[in-house]
Amino acid sequence: MVETDNAAGPGVRPLEKIPMSLTVNGVERRLNIAPWTSLLDLLRDHLDLTGTKKGCDHGQCGACSVLLDGRRIIACLTLAVMQDGASVTTIEGLATDGALHPLQQAFIDHDAFQCGYCTPGQICSAAGLIAEGRAKSADEIRELMSGNICRCGAYPNIVAAIQHAMGQP
Amino acid sequence: MNPFHYTRASDVADAVRQIAADPSARFIAGGTNLIDLMKEDVERPSRLIDISRLPLKSVEETAVGGLRIGALVPNSDLAYHPLVAERYPMLASAILAGASAQLRNMASTGGNLLQRTRCYYFYDVATPCNKRAPGSGCSAIDGLNRMHAILGTSEACIATHPSDMCVALAALDATVHVAGPAAARAIAFTDFHRLPEDAPQRDTNLQPDEIVTAIELPPRGFAANYTYLKIRDRLSYAFALVSVAAALELEGGTIKDARLALGGVAHKPWRDPMAEAALRGQPAGEVAFSRAADLMLGDAKGFAHNAFKIDLARRAVLRALAQAAAGTPQSQSDKQIR
Repeated sequence: MVETDNAAGPGVRPLEKIPMSLTVNGVERRLNIAPWTSLLDLLRDHLDLTGTKKGCDHGQCGACSVLLDGRRIIACLTLAVMQDGASVTTIEGLATDGALHPLQQAFIDHDAFQCGYCTPGQICSAAGLIAEGRAKSADEIRELMSGNICRCGAYPNIVAAIQHAMGQP
Repeated sequence: MNPFHYTRASDVADAVRQIAADPSARFIAGGTNLIDLMKEDVERPSRLIDISRLPLKSVEETAVGGLRIGALVPNSDLAYHPLVAERYPMLASAILAGASAQLRNMASTGGNLLQRTRCYYFYDVATPCNKRAPGSGCSAIDGLNRMHAILGTSEACIATHPSDMCVALAALDATVHVAGPAAARAIAFTDFHRLPEDAPQRDTNLQPDEIVTAIELPPRGFAANYTYLKIRDRLSYAFALVSVAAALELEGGTIKDARLALGGVAHKPWRDPMAEAALRGQPAGEVAFSRAADLMLGDAKGFAHNAFKIDLARRAVLRALAQAAAGTPQSQSDKQIR
């Protein structure tokens, strides 16, 4: 994307970067960001947090799922400047003191990925799903995880890993 | 995406002032459709006016026993709101049939109404499209039109409105509250979206300097006998080929009142007063259901790839009315259609 000064025509002040703050994985970051920067591009290109993946960049695959103020969203369809003051948790922020998050461990134990590209999004989405507390059955997990596409087709193992992390047999 | 200015609205009046001052500006709330359209260059606003922080996020009971839903209530919060789940389960079901959990967390109630069609040609700026570029022609009429409309089409456009939530809101006789430079006004839901006619670039009757502030539901929620049945190409996270919101009020085995709305078949949620009238006073059963389906689809017109929708819609109406009459609404997680 080219940052130009003349898109809005004559007489309009130049397009400018906007100061904002964002707490990312518990650390407050102060940034100057062009308004057309998606939260996903902010994470990957400005903060070097490349665990959050860019799949389709159009809200169709879920690879960029993160937790925003504790709720799961997709980072490609929101502007970073709109999230001024918010708190974001990415896959890099789930482990604590070197110990994997229970979902990360469950994904390993249940062989819930092959290529791994969708996995950060799957795990962040599953963390949001568990926090919501709406899904009880495997059917409900499948439905409420449908925003996360896995082109390797690891779905049965993903559901098993989430059930395990939820404390279900 | 084109560069643009970004401002925040401090209140509703400020939002209206800002949009009136800059016709090429757009409001942004959840952003889930607008940002996608900007990435595709379908929308190239000079300015985005961020309304996401306005105080339009409450769900309140109205004096007459209905519900007033702030325009910025996220779709997921609305679907899981206890009053919606209890009194308007058809609305909750329709919302949960749409998009994904992440998108429902982001998307606003008002934005759901204002989302644009997902017609492939509307999205592809290399092709003619009367909705995107008025007068350039319709690529869908003689193109790939499997997802397209069978009712209320025009020679200018055969796009569908993609929302599930709006199908339920149409069936429930909701009202859209809007603010603008003049006095605030209320628009009946069935008058909010337009048919394409010769101006498909206009999806709704909202004026360019107006903003949706709330959706109001009347007291009757048809919580006992309803369903939202959505038929699509995969079990979840896909737009409807055909969807049906069906609601009945029964007295014994007789239909006292009926609401029927179709999604995925027209430029707006499709209701047919004749079909609903044909159900009233009749025994709840196949004869009446069949008559209503015939009336609803009598004027349907298929194109090269979507003629199957006419029969599909007919069968979906029959099944939805049977589900509603039996009090066994379609589950949005167990996808077996019973």
